[in-house]
Amino acid sequence: MVNQALSNLSDMAFATSVVVYIFAMLLYFAEFASGKATETAERGAAEPARATVGVGGVATQEPPARPTVGRLEPEPRKPWSERFGGMAVAVTVLGVLVHAFSLVTRGMAVGRVPWGNMYEFGSAICLVAVIAWLVVLYRQSRSIRKPTTAPKLRGLGGFVLLPATLLLFLSGTALYATASQLQPALRSYWIWIHVSAAIVSTGVLMFAGVASVLFLVRLRSENDPARPGGIGSRLPSSQVLDRFAYRATVLIMPVWTFAIIAGAMWAEAAWGRFWGWDPKETCSLIAWIVYAAYLHARATSGWRGTRAAWINILGLAVMIFNLFFINIVISGLHSYAGL
Amino acid sequence: MNTSVFRRALAFLRNTWRGLTSMRTALVLLFLLALAALPGALLPQWSLNRRNVETFYDNHPTWAKVLDSIGAFNVFSSVWFAAIYVLLFVSLIGCLVPRSAEYLRQLRARPVRTPRNLARMPHHAEGTVPLPADEMAAVARRRLRRWRVSENTEEDGTRTLSAERGYLREAGNLVFHFALVGLLITVGGDQLMRYEGQKIVKVGDEGFCNSGTFNYDSFDAGLTVDGTNLSPFCLRLNDFDVRYLHTGQPERFHADIEYQAGESLENDNWKSHDLRVNNPLRVAGDRVYLTGNGYTPVFTVTFPDGTQRTKRTQWQPVDTTTMLSQGATKFDRPGMSNEQRRHDNQLAITGLFAPTASLDGKVLSSRFPALNDPMVAVDVLKGKLGLAGGRGQSIFSVDQSLIDSGELNRVARENLAVGETIRLDDGTTVRFDGVERWANLQVSHNPFQRYVLVFAVAVVIGLGASLSIKRRRIWLRIRPSPEGPGDDAAETTSRDEGTAGASVEIGGLARTDQAGYGEEFTRLADELLASGAESSARGSSETNSLGRSS
Repeated sequence: MVNQALSNLSDMAFATSVVVYIFAMLLYFAEFASGKATETAERGAAEPARATVGVGGVATQEPPARPTVGRLEPEPRKPWSERFGGMAVAVTVLGVLVHAFSLVTRGMAVGRVPWGNMYEFGSAICLVAVIAWLVVLYRQSRSIRKPTTAPKLRGLGGFVLLPATLLLFLSGTALYATASQLQPALRSYWIWIHVSAAIVSTGVLMFAGVASVLFLVRLRSENDPARPGGIGSRLPSSQVLDRFAYRATVLIMPVWTFAIIAGAMWAEAAWGRFWGWDPKETCSLIAWIVYAAYLHARATSGWRGTRAAWINILGLAVMIFNLFFINIVISGLHSYAGL
Repeated sequence: MNTSVFRRALAFLRNTWRGLTSMRTALVLLFLLALAALPGALLPQWSLNRRNVETFYDNHPTWAKVLDSIGAFNVFSSVWFAAIYVLLFVSLIGCLVPRSAEYLRQLRARPVRTPRNLARMPHHAEGTVPLPADEMAAVARRRLRRWRVSENTEEDGTRTLSAERGYLREAGNLVFHFALVGLLITVGGDQLMRYEGQKIVKVGDEGFCNSGTFNYDSFDAGLTVDGTNLSPFCLRLNDFDVRYLHTGQPERFHADIEYQAGESLENDNWKSHDLRVNNPLRVAGDRVYLTGNGYTPVFTVTFPDGTQRTKRTQWQPVDTTTMLSQGATKFDRPGMSNEQRRHDNQLAITGLFAPTASLDGKVLSSRFPALNDPMVAVDVLKGKLGLAGGRGQSIFSVDQSLIDSGELNRVARENLAVGETIRLDDGTTVRFDGVERWANLQVSHNPFQRYVLVFAVAVVIGLGASLSIKRRRIWLRIRPSPEGPGDDAAETTSRDEGTAGASVEIGGLARTDQAGYGEEFTRLADELLASGAESSARGSSETNSLGRSS
């Protein structure tokens, strides 16, 4: 039943993707660290302007001058940060391809969806988080009208890849499960609907949570100009980070709601009731309530900014708790982790 | 005096109501709800897993008592949990009603007038177009046709347009919140009307009918259900089969059942259904699920007087991975007229059953859940089982107190493979005949379930609309160019000379969250300015061709 060769191939691709991601992460951090000189200048210029500048904002970076025909002149060297950043993105794309290959071959090896246990689930969540990051970068590169955020954003890749790589590592070691068939309770078309919605929401919410953490770091350095340097000073403005967190959450909240409801519909067919306060159900609802609180906090004076960011981080904490603790430690109906 | 007390009370009520319906209170209540639900996820719950709660009691007796007394093992039916969500929903309704009224008012209102200083808006753009102000206003109107627009002319001939869009956001918001209220009400209604029964059915039994609660092994129902009006249907289990992977992981459970409902109850027609996990039987408004399975070791007892009794009592799996099971098969001695003597001569066969036996010395365990090499390790107990004592007892065990008091004694202990026999001292023999299977069926009735689903869908749609649609405004102020000819002149000469123009100032404001309006505004402002220029070019070429033809 299980195609061992494909399964081995998948495992190899998985290990490779982790290594590639780590390499990409180092490159991102290199860009982040070496981008200091340009940052300070740019920061001074960018700060007073609103983050949502309209027509007035024009891309400030001149395209590199092309060598005139006939005269062999070396291209002007790009700054190191630029090179690291470019490489980092290329390596990330490579990592995503290898990672996706690992999931696809896993699915082919067992002839089912490649998210049937904790290992596969964690791996898929990371893939979504990294793809979400690439999508953001892509949209960023298309809209030339946002010079205030474009160059700085890329350096943040390391902060996305760091938790993603950690989760991947954890999935590949502690949570690893050999390729096998699904237990009967999981054999339903709902696994396509419910679990994929859960994966996408968890991946994107992870991304949003990271943005909120960076927002708080940045805010501290903005509020404390006496301490120049440090991580905070190199981050994009707090407004940009806050907006990222918010937009990601807003985008994914309906998906997360749908994931819970689809789960209830599946539970109705598999467990005999649509809602039974199973620990996983309860904890998903708690996470949903926390994110609902985040959205409300954004609309309540005195709660915007720092407090809202903390709520978003709390939401992520509940999601992670829900992912690990509930599945592994607490005995409930979701405890089919293959552990 | 009286009136002042009355007034003060009124003021107090009003302030409490305002406080309760404020967003801040709602936020706090949301947090409280999340916090209150947490023990429900972390601590074992009576309603979910009694055994876990009992284990918790054994491990932490004092803590358990304290926690149990405050309802921590029964979170979702506790008073404090209910208090929080009731307050939250009262607060929600108190917020929703005025908001709905406000929304209806807004739907009829015209967009607000153009502010004096558009440069102070969060989004701002300006430019000039080679068009007279009136035409530019018309162009802008066309471009903004999916917006709600109101137009104005100021005293100096300046045209202004105010446009607003995204009214569906608030509609989505209201739908979402009202759907949450609907969800709460329907779930509550369902709690009153629901019932759920558990029944162990053995292969080949005559079947079971949903005619009364007495047919069930356990039955749990809402307050309005008295057990008399259950949905009528009958079913029987023809075959049950489980397939395991070589790892011992179950691959599929499959119960081949037949059922009758409605008319077929009268004419004895049976319809078959392939009952599996994830494939319940939906019949007569109820659902039938396959929720468990196990083995029934069959024993035949031959008493000294030659009478035989065969019993099929289901045993209970204690380890679901190997299906090692335990149970108690109980026999009454036949042919004893004296009731007292009959009760003192009862037999019970208790112990372990292994579908694939693995012996360590004489200790039996199971290697595999499938029925490959079945064996039982049994104690035969003789004496008083206490079946007539009026106390309910588990079918899976004997009353331990009777063993302790010496009224029930062990007379043999043996491991038996299929077909093997134990002979007791008094000449009674116990034979292990074979093994059959049983399946646990759950019958569920949730009349409000479909309405819950309707509201759940409304929740998703409302939430999607309220989070993806942006309520936003755009204003245009179109001033006839001061350097061109005067207003009246512009009307007549613009076509021919092309010198008339207007300066356009555009301001934008997202009424909800600023996130994301920037790009749209920029694009829109660019398009407005460009389409002004474009339509001017088209206009002049038209006049040229007209001129030539005449």
